[in-house]
Parts: sequence; structure tokens; C-alpha cells
Amino acid sequence: MNSAAMNPTARRKPRPRLSISGAIGMAIVAFWLLMALIGPSIAPHGVGGQIGDDVFAPMSAQYWLGTDYLGRDMLSRILHGAPYTIGVAFAGVTLACTFGLVLALCAAANGGWLDHLISRVMDTLIAIPNKLLALIIVAAFGSSVPLLIVTAAVCYMPGTFRISRALAVNVQAMDYVQSARARGEGMFYIMLYEMLPNMYRPVLADFGLRFVFTVLLLSGMSFLGLGVQPPHADWGSLVRENIIGLSLGAPAVIVPALAIATLTIGVNLAIDALSGGKRRGSEG
Amino acid sequence: MNGTTARLIVNRLGSGVVTLLAVSIVIFTITNLLPGDAAQALLGQESTPELLAALREKFGLDQPAHVRYLQWLGGMLSGNPGHALVNDLPVAELIGGRLPNSLMLAAVTTAVSVPLALAIGISSAMYRGSLYDRTVNAATVWTVSVPEFLIATVAVLVFAVKLRWLSALSRTEDIETVGQFLRVYAMPVLTLCCVIVAQMARMTRAAVIDQLNSSYIEMARLKGVRPIRMVLTHALPNAVGPIANAVALSLSYLIGGVIIVESIFNYPGIASLMVDSVTMRDMPVVQACAMLFCVGYLVLLTLADLFAILSNPRLRK
Repeated sequence: MNSAAMNPTARRKPRPRLSISGAIGMAIVAFWLLMALIGPSIAPHGVGGQIGDDVFAPMSAQYWLGTDYLGRDMLSRILHGAPYTIGVAFAGVTLACTFGLVLALCAAANGGWLDHLISRVMDTLIAIPNKLLALIIVAAFGSSVPLLIVTAAVCYMPGTFRISRALAVNVQAMDYVQSARARGEGMFYIMLYEMLPNMYRPVLADFGLRFVFTVLLLSGMSFLGLGVQPPHADWGSLVRENIIGLSLGAPAVIVPALAIATLTIGVNLAIDALSGGKRRGSEG
Repeated sequence: MNGTTARLIVNRLGSGVVTLLAVSIVIFTITNLLPGDAAQALLGQESTPELLAALREKFGLDQPAHVRYLQWLGGMLSGNPGHALVNDLPVAELIGGRLPNSLMLAAVTTAVSVPLALAIGISSAMYRGSLYDRTVNAATVWTVSVPEFLIATVAVLVFAVKLRWLSALSRTEDIETVGQFLRVYAMPVLTLCCVIVAQMARMTRAAVIDQLNSSYIEMARLKGVRPIRMVLTHALPNAVGPIANAVALSLSYLIGGVIIVESIFNYPGIASLMVDSVTMRDMPVVQACAMLFCVGYLVLLTLADLFAILSNPRLRK
């Protein structure tokens, strides 16, 4: 049942115009998403290619963003790193949100002992700081790309679960859910068609925010040398491997860190514009 | 203190202990899920079935998982979390040597960041919507969404490379004067403060604004109370609980932040010990450090809740 379809003019609020900062944010996000998809194929050099003798070269016409500690073209390194930084974080946060949302819907729709059980497990996971949990998982299982995705998912699922459950508990007390129950609809139908459409907006805003945290978490792990392993490199590992160039003021250190910063700030601006300035204050 | 307050406090402390136990189970399970064990890791190529069995017996690895968990937990509680695999030193000794350094870093960061964040948060709530408030808002969002290592590398670039005021590495052993103390701690503390102050200020602002929107503040405003007095004597006492929560949550962010900051500046603390142990897969050290961080985190959260209970005027006699 979609009441907005029956009475479109009365239900729909006038669409607020996108602010300038919001538009900038959306543009940055769109740019990086595009780069994550096509970056490696438009990079001027291969992932490990073009080892010149110019180490930590400054920005020039030949090397737009300078060269790294082995004399490789920094622009190509960043473009090849984009799928790792953005793709892994995106996959991880998608997994986290999907599982968190499904568990929250199950918990809220069923109630009782299932709700209690899931909530207690999530409360325990939330009591372990994210970076710490990630370190423990990497210590136990090593770090490969699939494992990093799972790590990110485990670290951020409890937070998603908490928010989704709070929303779902409110929604499932609504009359239309009660009437669906009385009609004898199945649990799956109620979760998917009655509850989910009424909570997707805050869930999406939460998704964006969590994507930012995941990017920061994963690049932090890579920076410590515990994330994406050579020969592949995400932006965090690029900062790590070029850190000795810091004393030379080489762009190779700062540029990947700036790439992360533009991505996360862009997502933040976009969320702010889309969710009307209402957002949560902290990570959790 | 009356009966209700006491009961709330006991409840909160109890649930803190239960959570800590659950956390220890999670940490133990994750670190023991893989089929390979410490004996195998230690022997590596030279393992024979006999050696493996002997070493397993020595470590107690032939016991079932729940027995090992209880032994491990007992060891943790009695202050003897075992020996490091890499150099066979007692874990307690490794941690003991570095804990004061980490606590010192945390203490200095707290002393700098809390007053600063409260001042920024409260003042931006007072002048809500002004240019100052919007600037603070934008600055805090940007700081929170930038990786710590960017702030740290920029700080090194500016203060150590360009200006040559500070050294890029923190060596705690050669601190003798106040000047040296400042030089060693300036950059790690600056980096940690950036992010913590931003988070804390945001949450403080939200807590104060929440109170400023209530009707008793409107009443005070209609009475003609001056803005400063309105915030300090009317709104603030009621916002103490949420603010304590904000402070505790942000300080617990220290735990994530120090992991990066200690490794960048090569600061000899617990977090860099843990990162090294993760790299070398030295499980006993990883487990002990992880438990230590979780205890710290839970203590902070519990303290904040207790503070909120005690500051609630309805529960006061």
C-alpha cells in the first residue's frame, strides 16, 4: 500500500533545492565512484610499471602528481588504488548494512527471545572499539581483500543493527503493520513490503556515514601495513610506503591522503544535503 | 544518595561486568577460531608430531576450548596473561613497561582537549546559527572525516620539516625539562586532539541545544535572563549527563586514535606494541592488549553513565 501514490500532491513535500555544498559533495562522490570503475583502465601506466630513476619527483607535466619511492607515476598508483579503497569499503559497508538491516527486521518483527538474543550479541560487539576489533580479526586470520570486507562488515554491523532496530520497532507498532499481521501475511512479506519502505531514508543516510567510517578504518589499517597487501595498494598503503618522502616534502605522501579526505568530505557534504542537515553526531 | 540511585548504580556496574565477560569470550573465540595453534606457529617447519604434542601439553593446548578460556581468563585476572611467542618475555612485563607512556599520552590529551571542546561546544550552541557556529560546524565535520594520518603527516610536514621546531619521532627517554616534554608530546597530542575535540564539541553543542529548546529556557528568556547566565546556570546543569556521555565517547575514541598516532610517531605505548604483535601474530600479547583497551573503553562508558545517574536531579535527595 503506497499512500503517496493515491494522493501525490498532499503527501509530497516540496523538494528542497540542492545547496552548493551539497552539489559539490555529489560531484566529488560521483567522480570517485567513476574513478573506482574506470580508473585502472585510464591510468597512464600499469600498476607496477614505469620505474624511472626519478624518486619522489615533484609535480610536473610528465608526472602530474609526482613519483613515488620507486620512481613510479603517482597518478597511476592512485587510479589503481581507487577500486581497492572505494570498492572494498563499499562492499564491506553494503554487507554490514544488509546483515544489520535483516537482523534488525527479524528482531523487531519477531520480538521475544530472538530479539533479546540478537540484541545482546550486538551489544557485546559494540563494546569493542572498531579499530581494535579489526586488529584482532586481522591478527587471527591475516589480511586478504575478502577478509578485509568481512572485517569491515563485522565492525560496522552492530551500529547499523542498532539504528535499524530502533526504526523497525517504531514502524512495527504502526497500524498498517498490525493490520497486515491480522490479515495473516507472512513474516517475510511484512518485513519486506510493510516495514522496509517506511525506514529506508534514515537507513540510507546511515549507510553513507558508515561508508566514511569504513574508508577511514580500512585506510588506517593499510597505513599500519595490515590492510591491502603488496603488490596491490589502496590509498592508505600508498601513504605508508611513501612516508619516508615526508622529509623531502614529496607530493607522493600527501596526495593519497588528500584523495581519502576529498572522498570522505564529499560523502559527508552529500549526506548533509540529502538528509536536510539532520545527522548523528558520532560514530557508534 | 537514596535507594533508587543505589540500585541504578549497582545495576549499571553489574551490566558493565557482564559485558566485559562477553567481550572476553568474543576476543578469545576470534583469536582461537583458526585450526593452527601457537605450538604449530612456534615450531613452523621443524614440527614433528611428537614435538607438537609435547609443546601443546606445555601450553595447555590439548585441553578443550572452554577449559582453556577459563585458564586464560584466570591468568588475565591474576595479572599473568602468559608469555609472548616471539621473545618469550612475560606479557605483563611487556605491557607494564609501556602502559605508563600510553596513560601519560592519554592524560595530556584529555587535559588539553576536554576544556577546549567544552568551550567550543557551549559557545557555538550559545551563538547558534551565527557565522562562528557555522564555521565551527564545518571545521568539525571536516576534521572528523579526515584520516588521522593526514593530520599527523601534515603536522610533521609543517612543524618538523618546514619549521624545524619539533622532531618527527617521540622519544620519551630523554625528557628532562618542561621544554623537552612539550617538544615530545606536542605533535602526538595535537593530532589526537584535532579529532577528539571535533567530536566532543559536536556532541556538546547538540546536548546544550537540546536543553536550550526546552520550555524552562523559554521561560527564563521571557523573564529577561541574560544569555550567559541562561546557559551557565539554567541549561548547563541539565546537560551535564549528555555532556559526560559525549566526553566519555570521544575519549574512548582515543583508543582508536592512539593506534595510528603511536605508530606514526614511533611512540613507545601499548597501541604500538599491539600493532607490532598483530604484524607478528603474537596472540598472547594481542589478546592482553585487546582486553586492556576494552577494559578502558568500558570503564569510560560506565563512568559516563554513573555520572549521568548522579547528575539527574530527580534522583537526588
